[in-house]
Amino acid sequence: MARRYELIYIVSPDATDDQVSDLHNQVEAIMQRMGGALEKTENWGRRRLAYEIGRHKEGTYVLEVINGTGELMKEIDRRLKVTDLVIRHLAVRVDEEQQVVERSRTRRTETSRRRRVARGLPPDRQPGEGQRGESEEERDDRFEGLPEMER
Amino acid sequence: MNGRKSFGGGGGRGRPAAGATKEGGQRRPMFRRRKVCKFCADKIDDINYKDVKLLMPFVPERAKILPRRISGTCAMHQRKLRTALMRARQLALIPYTSD
Repeated sequence: MARRYELIYIVSPDATDDQVSDLHNQVEAIMQRMGGALEKTENWGRRRLAYEIGRHKEGTYVLEVINGTGELMKEIDRRLKVTDLVIRHLAVRVDEEQQVVERSRTRRTETSRRRRVARGLPPDRQPGEGQRGESEEERDDRFEGLPEMER
Repeated sequence: MNGRKSFGGGGGRGRPAAGATKEGGQRRPMFRRRKVCKFCADKIDDINYKDVKLLMPFVPERAKILPRRISGTCAMHQRKLRTALMRARQLALIPYTSD
């Protein structure tokens, strides 16, 4: 039973590009050995950290989306823990969450379509229809970051 | 009015006594805008910990998580927001504290 995980690790800013890609290859090797599949990999590049992690102020973020088992993730987690080049990592299981999101999204479009058909309209919104346009995005006054008195 | 209690017929408003007592009973003369959950209103299903731009409005200066009573977020979305913020904190995308 394959599960989908998101793995993000932060590589020390001193590492070269070769070392980063080498690390990626190591992770991939573990995956192949334990029967996992890489779905997507993304290098966010060098980013400022919100706080210092062991004297580092910057780090290279790498995101990997992995299909695999819990055993595989355990092994990857163990390997990243002992790798000194990786200053922080996080693995999150995402498949269940994504299913819930998908379901609520399809349910919403279905109800809106059904209601539109019941009103005698075409199921999808036509361009230029409705009162809310692009200005709706900008006029976001429902939410204020802080109450007035704290400003 | 100046926060002073209005008595029977003394005021200069010329309204009957019944109306005056009703006016005295009003606690909040100030208008307050009704808060709406941002995620419900904008139909955001997925509160992702990688989406720093989405999360930043809920992290005030001291980097604490903005409470529900101020942001107006509904209970379900506040729970999801909390997990997202805490994951983002682990990855140093959002500070734990700042001064």
